[in-house]
Amino acid sequence: MEFSCKETSDVLIVKVDAPRIDAAAAISFKQNMREITGKSGISHVVLDLSEVGFIDSSGLGAIVSVMKLMGGTKRLDLAALTPTVEKVFRLTRMDSIFTIYAQSAEVEKIYQAG
Amino acid sequence: MRRGKVVSSRRRRGHLLPEILFEFPGENLSVRHALAQLRHELSSLALSADDLGSIEIVLGEVLNNVVEHAYCEGASGSIHVSCVPSVHVLRFKVEDQGVMLPFEELPEGELPSFDRPLAALPEGGFGWYLVRNLACDLVYQRREHRNILAFSIPVEGCA
Repeated sequence: MEFSCKETSDVLIVKVDAPRIDAAAAISFKQNMREITGKSGISHVVLDLSEVGFIDSSGLGAIVSVMKLMGGTKRLDLAALTPTVEKVFRLTRMDSIFTIYAQSAEVEKIYQAG
Repeated sequence: MRRGKVVSSRRRRGHLLPEILFEFPGENLSVRHALAQLRHELSSLALSADDLGSIEIVLGEVLNNVVEHAYCEGASGSIHVSCVPSVHVLRFKVEDQGVMLPFEELPEGELPSFDRPLAALPEGGFGWYLVRNLACDLVYQRREHRNILAFSIPVEGCA
């Protein structure tokens, strides 16, 4: 699974460059994310899902698992949910667990505004 | 990767559009490919993006469930899917030759509780909840070593 990362002094934006986070991709997603977030010293991570058109319960579980692995010291937010992904988060009420931004650029702006 | 295929699509009496039949191996990547094929087959029905999303969510959960539970512990086999488009509804039937559902019945599919610390948040248990939320008329039968799950997904358009 491909990712592209953008790191500033305040936030690490991880964009998933894959069309789906499904049962076939969940393990690879989890491993990659653990590596990426483990390597970076930045405590605020935003997962940009703008390229992800579909997620299933395995993918959802993988995102929750990544958030739990980051523990209480790091923070995982989400950005740019496409309609079907948004639907899965809304129906499972996972949208109440995560902070979700419309676009990942919003997060950068918040930090720039200081 | 072994790919599944559309076995046939035949026009049934009383239905506006042909039944879509799929058969593919009970493996994660084959499920992914089958969902893409189904999406392609349904493109002629002019369904809304929202309905197509619901169909993919439900089918994805049902088929993953077959791969993960019915065909677990070394068991393998194929999955048959039938989809009959009708007025405002798509009727599905999914069959496999794997292990039967525990207690021979469909799970309740209740949403796991979030009222707990972050470290104890649920990572699973959402699948049947999503299926029950988006599909209706769910019927499960165990017949001659086969699991048969029938369900309907309401759609806006006249399929």
